[in-house]
Amino acid sequence: MKLQRVFIALTALLISSVARADWTLNMPRGVTDISQEVYGLHMLTLWVCVVIGVLVFGVMFYSMFKHRKSKGAVSSNFHESTKVELAWTLIPAAVIFAIGVKATYTLADMYNFEESEVTVEVVGYQWRWRYRYIDENAEKEVSFFSSLSTPRDEINNRLEKNENYLLEVDEPMVLPTGTKVRFLLSSADVIHSWWVPALAVKKDAIPGIVNEAWTIINEEGTYRGQCTELCGKDHGFMPVVVEAVSPEEFEQWLADKEQEAIELAELNDREWTFEELMARGEEVYGSACASCHQPNGSGVPGAFPALAGSPIALGPAEGHLDVVVNGVRGTAMAAYGDQLSDADIAAVITYERNAWGNDVGDMVTPVDVYNFKAGE
Amino acid sequence: MTTTTHDHDHDHEHHGPAKGLTRWLYTTNHKDIGTMYLWFSFAMFLLGGTFAMVIRAELFQPGLQLVQPEFFNQMTTMHGLIMVFGAVMPAFVGLANWMIPMMVGAPDMALPRMNNLSFWILPFAFAMLASTLFMEGGAPNFGWTFYAPLSTTYAPPSVTFFIFAVHIMGASSIMGAINIVATILNMRAPGMTLMKMPLFVWTWLITAYLLIAVMPVLAGVVTMMLMDIHFGTAFFNAAGGGSPVLFQHIFWFFGHPEVYIMILPAFGIVSAIIPAFARKQLFGYSSMVYATASIAFLSFIVWAHHMFTVGIPFLGEAFFMWATMLIAVPTGVKVFNWVTTMFRGSMTFETPMLFAICFVVLFTIGGFSGLMLAVAPADFQYHDTYFVVAHFHYVLVPGAVFSIMAGVYYWLPKWSGKMYNETLGKVHFWLSFIGVNVLFFPQHFLGLAGMPRRIPDYALQFADFNMVSSIGGFLFGASQLLFLYIVVHTIVAGKPAPAKPWEGAEGLEWTVDSPAPYHTFSTPPKID
Repeated sequence: MKLQRVFIALTALLISSVARADWTLNMPRGVTDISQEVYGLHMLTLWVCVVIGVLVFGVMFYSMFKHRKSKGAVSSNFHESTKVELAWTLIPAAVIFAIGVKATYTLADMYNFEESEVTVEVVGYQWRWRYRYIDENAEKEVSFFSSLSTPRDEINNRLEKNENYLLEVDEPMVLPTGTKVRFLLSSADVIHSWWVPALAVKKDAIPGIVNEAWTIINEEGTYRGQCTELCGKDHGFMPVVVEAVSPEEFEQWLADKEQEAIELAELNDREWTFEELMARGEEVYGSACASCHQPNGSGVPGAFPALAGSPIALGPAEGHLDVVVNGVRGTAMAAYGDQLSDADIAAVITYERNAWGNDVGDMVTPVDVYNFKAGE
Repeated sequence: MTTTTHDHDHDHEHHGPAKGLTRWLYTTNHKDIGTMYLWFSFAMFLLGGTFAMVIRAELFQPGLQLVQPEFFNQMTTMHGLIMVFGAVMPAFVGLANWMIPMMVGAPDMALPRMNNLSFWILPFAFAMLASTLFMEGGAPNFGWTFYAPLSTTYAPPSVTFFIFAVHIMGASSIMGAINIVATILNMRAPGMTLMKMPLFVWTWLITAYLLIAVMPVLAGVVTMMLMDIHFGTAFFNAAGGGSPVLFQHIFWFFGHPEVYIMILPAFGIVSAIIPAFARKQLFGYSSMVYATASIAFLSFIVWAHHMFTVGIPFLGEAFFMWATMLIAVPTGVKVFNWVTTMFRGSMTFETPMLFAICFVVLFTIGGFSGLMLAVAPADFQYHDTYFVVAHFHYVLVPGAVFSIMAGVYYWLPKWSGKMYNETLGKVHFWLSFIGVNVLFFPQHFLGLAGMPRRIPDYALQFADFNMVSSIGGFLFGASQLLFLYIVVHTIVAGKPAPAKPWEGAEGLEWTVDSPAPYHTFSTPPKID
């Protein structure tokens, strides 16, 4: 009786999931010429395997039904035949050769990085991406972080999960359609891998190495992917979102971002009140620090130190600045000196020194951060 | 033959097994050591399986339910390490210990004391590895492939214990391999030429050479990690002039032969079982030997196909693609041979045969996805997704693990002198067969749809197949408890087995009594 109830419960679960089913079986064709070619290669190899499988297993199951002892089958004694053995060596070799030739042409295409019009640098961080649109004029260079925007409450099942659960970011990479875009990939900490299935682009982002990849997107749209190299705790929580727009829209977007960059730089120069720093610091802390040190500053024993009551957060500001700006060698603590703006570093340090019962009461300003960096 | 063995039993009466615990601690008997290896590997199989159950339970639904990402990563890492080094490899060594001396007509392994040592250091290695779960910072969490710098600069403190454990496992494997080579090359009965050896012996000879070649490479790479972590070197640290990619080259130079270490002995087992139950000799003995040797050779020149996305230059990428695709040819030869052996045989389907046939079919499916993965441009889409997870689980679970189960059902009457319950054996087979396919087949679809491996939570479009996969996982996991019951029941209460319980079985092991006497072939048998 009990078993029956379990069975009914399981069936009900299955049926309810069928109702909102998404039983995708195959690789997407994608939206680039290369991704279509890759899809073709995938289907070619798949069908070759299916045909071989049907032939081989066909013979096998035929013998299993016909040549069984219970049906009175008497075993024959044939063995070894040079002709047969040559055939089943050479024929598969020829099939593989054919696949190999086709694949080599596609591979050569994928390795042709020349004549790109837009270059985007992709740098992996634990656990977000930084995209930089390389421009000869360094002043106007657009650079920003792209982090998961799914609320923690959805992950922890306190809120209904939205349609793009875990595949949404605060700021997507925007690319023009019909334009050859080159990616330069690297990493600031461990190895990550940048993957967008619809573009058939997957390349590892490795510290100390700059990898190349390219794409020409044929259709406008939003394309989603994920980090595909285990990169630590939040490996499952660093999606990639690419928004492909027309070249005109892209130019407009880029111009807006350049303007935004100039405004952000101005934040470093203005005067800040304690309250303003605390408010901005809480925001920065949430996006940059909370995944390890926890939203309440309690850390994770043995893995990530607590900040509430920590000697560094309660000690002199120089020590605190050093840890945040330069990171801690040999640990997971990254150097945020070039990840965050001076204003953001000032805000987050001020916040850490005055939140969760920490009550140093002092305030670190963008100018302090600038001076600290300059003094090194 | 039976009578000769009895005569010798009489001569060696004072050499019977000692009583109590010391029998197992001090034993140099290949059968005792084989038994210990097998039980040990089964214990590790259950431990690694428990970790897998935690993984599948967390992945049952999207969202974080049971464990946090930190612990999830420890589970995937420990599951991989325990299954590869603790379950599959020792199980094959256990089978080698039991069967190789009996198959070549030798009284024992060539180096019996080393044999004792190579087993008894294993429990310490795995006790140490498992103890990292209770350490501050947790167990290794960087995947069983432990890519630097995640496993060096960013690793939990327990990584040092992990390195030491790997060193011990490596030493054990190397000693075991040397022993097997020495036994096969020096202790064959007169007339047992190399080309008369059973295929299980051949595949193990080649496997042992692979082990001797690559386990030192593994030891080297973990030692370099140790130096990076504690002694300020920078082999894998880009900031110090090293390269994280170097780690992967060294690791996979070990890692690829390692995957053949886990499958070649399986080929040997299946090549013994299929002819026995088809009552027909293996179609092409010598081509099977040559195919095994070719696969072993090729395994050394394909390592970078695990690294297609790290940014290898075009020519390197093309070379490793072609070399990898080439492996399909000798592997095909093997599959065609098994099928042709079954063709026009006189088959029965006892449990060992069911597992062996299932091995051929499902291993071949794993081989197909392997061929797909070899195609470098397509690999960019498959790499590090559940498609890869499905691929290697197909070759390792219904591949390697099913071959071990086939071997256990096949030789258990010889080891224990008792027959297992055929009905229960078949129930175990069918539950495992259904479980393993429900578990792993949907993972192909998940990978193609874009689900990365090693993630504790996933997007909603992956929810359905993950649930199916988890249900298959629970079924498969639970079925293995039945396996334990069947084996224990056989030993305790099985019906007595004859010397040769299988009508079509061939080989010297069937010429001795069941259970095999403590000492066999003290006088070498005659081989025609």
